[in-house]
Amino acid sequence: MERKVEMEEQNKLLNDVTQADYKYGFVTDIETDIIEKGLNEDIIRLISKKKGEPEFMLNFRLAAFKKWEKMEMPDWAYLKIPPIDLQSISYYAAPKKQPKYESLDEVDPELLDTFNKLGIPVEEQKHLAGVAVDVVMDSVSVKTTFKETLAEKGIIFCSFSEAVKEHPELVKKYLGKAVPVSDNYFAALNSAVFSDGSFCYIPKGVRCPMELSTYFRINAANTGQFERTLIVADDDSYVSYLEGCTAPMRDENQLHAAVVEIITMDRAEVKYSTVQNWYPGNKEGVGGIYNFVTKRGVCRGVSSKISWTQVETGSAITWKYPSCILLGDNSVGEFNSVALTNNFQQADTGSKMIHIGKNTKSTIISKGISAGRSDNSYRGLVKVMPGAKNSRNFSQCDSLLLNDTCGAHTFPYIDVRNKSSIVEHEATTSKIGEDQIFYCNQRGIDTETAIGMIVNGYAKEVLNKLPMEFAVEAQKLLQLSLEGSVG
Amino acid sequence: MLKIKNLYASVDGQEILKGINLEIKPGEVHAIMGPNGSGKSTLANVLAGKQEYEVTAGEVTFLGENLLDKAPETRAKDGLFLSFQYPVEIPGVPMANFIKTAVNEHRVHRGEKELTAGQFLKLMREKMELVEMKTKLTNRSVNEGFSGGEKKKNEIFQMAMLEPKLAILDETDSGLDIDALRTVANGVNALKSPETSSIVITHYQRLLDYIVPDFVHILYHGKIVKTAGKELALELEEKGYDWIKSEKGN
Ligand SMILES: Nc1ncnc2c1ncn2[C@@H]1O[C@H](COP(=O)(O)OP(=O)(O)O)[C@@H](O)[C@H]1O
Ligand SMILES: [Mg+2]
Repeated sequence: MERKVEMEEQNKLLNDVTQADYKYGFVTDIETDIIEKGLNEDIIRLISKKKGEPEFMLNFRLAAFKKWEKMEMPDWAYLKIPPIDLQSISYYAAPKKQPKYESLDEVDPELLDTFNKLGIPVEEQKHLAGVAVDVVMDSVSVKTTFKETLAEKGIIFCSFSEAVKEHPELVKKYLGKAVPVSDNYFAALNSAVFSDGSFCYIPKGVRCPMELSTYFRINAANTGQFERTLIVADDDSYVSYLEGCTAPMRDENQLHAAVVEIITMDRAEVKYSTVQNWYPGNKEGVGGIYNFVTKRGVCRGVSSKISWTQVETGSAITWKYPSCILLGDNSVGEFNSVALTNNFQQADTGSKMIHIGKNTKSTIISKGISAGRSDNSYRGLVKVMPGAKNSRNFSQCDSLLLNDTCGAHTFPYIDVRNKSSIVEHEATTSKIGEDQIFYCNQRGIDTETAIGMIVNGYAKEVLNKLPMEFAVEAQKLLQLSLEGSVG
Repeated sequence: MLKIKNLYASVDGQEILKGINLEIKPGEVHAIMGPNGSGKSTLANVLAGKQEYEVTAGEVTFLGENLLDKAPETRAKDGLFLSFQYPVEIPGVPMANFIKTAVNEHRVHRGEKELTAGQFLKLMREKMELVEMKTKLTNRSVNEGFSGGEKKKNEIFQMAMLEPKLAILDETDSGLDIDALRTVANGVNALKSPETSSIVITHYQRLLDYIVPDFVHILYHGKIVKTAGKELALELEEKGYDWIKSEKGN
């Protein structure tokens, strides 16, 4: 009973503080709107209503929910997943726009130290840590400039909710077309309850003039637990899109189940890069985010191309298989991945390449790095349908072990149904060389730095595919993620 | 510079070094010769601080300080350099980045500022010329796909970049043709000064024609069994090691 009183007092105090901030005009629109915990049809209707969605969206959600109810959580991955109580989650909370701190001095010094090591600019550090941004360095105006440039080209790039309101015809046309609501347990869950996310449409013949990362990093924080992204590239268009952040991301929500869909029309290309650094739990394996993501692209048009590049260092559990369905003739799918696990992290990640069109090509480059007591698995499917004549796949899956207590596993599935196609698979597993480390030591380079260098060298082929500024950060990130793993 | 007293070392529980005594003064060049398996590389690795070699007895001081207490990277930054008998490959790490990191670690250790990109490039070009190393090698990954000779040149290039006080060259001459040998030797000699010393481990007299030693030691079964001037190398070249073996009754 006493505790309850204490809590109430704390809440009151908290309220006072927030109200005070409000007075100073940091934020004009604080919603503290959270609906009750649990998941049922009424909740789905409530979410849709609160978001003011048109009927087609509600129907989409309800259809997904009906499917989901009949599904079971998958257990085929090489993961030990503790039970997750989905009824104990609240599925709608209006985004908090309240800055948490007034200056960087108030932020956890350890976090700032990490930001500095990653080389993240100060203004961005503030943004990421939730510090009120200076009026002088107005990020809003930067955003506006971006928006104008994009609008000139007819590019639509906005939050998913906004897209539902402003461009319902596009959303309706493409939503669920790469990842159907019934695709898998987590995708169905996401489809039923997703909160928000991003929508991107590149019109015919348009090359997006900037990395959408630049915009994204300034724009997106608190993307939520069930995020939804839809990217559509119309004929002859191109976009490079970056999701995620090298900065360590903490979130009180343990479960994350995002869905990303990409659709490319004739000769269009989408380059999608991710850096995922969700909180991985502490050194004893306590806490950390469970990340169950469904990412899929459909190369609908002829000669279109989708490439996934990912650097995964975070999360306690990662379950993620960015995939390409190569429908259009001559279309190309690529998957480039670096997945690093340390301490007690578990990752089961890889790709699926489904060849349907003729002369379709796919490449899978997967570089796993395991340290601590972690488990790192590659799981991949290459499927070539009978009509996919003269198709090709090349897969290379390398695993690097940093000690004897971690694990690396490879589960390739290959299914080729015509004779004119060629599928190649190469796999290697190696342990980091004591001799390599000693060689570095002998040149004055300490072991931690040496391991960072060696690991980055190993991952280079994939890192090189990232947009320039992120490649540099990702390199530092790999090094940081291995801190204290030596021995 | 370096004082080794009664040094014993084992690997995998097997004793390899059995009481080494050696003193090297500034400006001196010492050659260590001896049959394969006598412990030459082991001595070099123990001095450089390789973990799997366990020092079971003895003392080593380097520049007046206890060497054996120090981490390998500290020994390196204090000025001890090992040119490896078998340089390792580090895929994906460009040689230029690697040596830049190394040089800057050394500078920070000495309380100097890190080099700017421009200063570094200038230094690198200068030192590459010294060992006649091809430009493209520094763009490649550390030792990856280098020929035997290129690897050895690369060791001397790194030595030139790091300017050690004591350089240990472990069979830097093996696998080199006569031109490369001369280049490597010239590189080593160019770095010689009254303040720096070197230990040259070799099987052959021919390197010692270029790098003239003040002392020649014969290491045999983990012990220095004979020490003399440079003429000892000639004698060995002529007679081989058999006479040592019979003299030592083994
Ligand atoms: N890392 C090691 N593990 C096991 N045995 C070793 C190792 N290094 C050296 N030895 C052994 O120690 C002895 C001396 O080797 P080494 O020092 O390489 O001789 P040298 O350089 O004089 O040819 C040899 O018997 C060799 O097999
Ligand atoms: Mg040897």
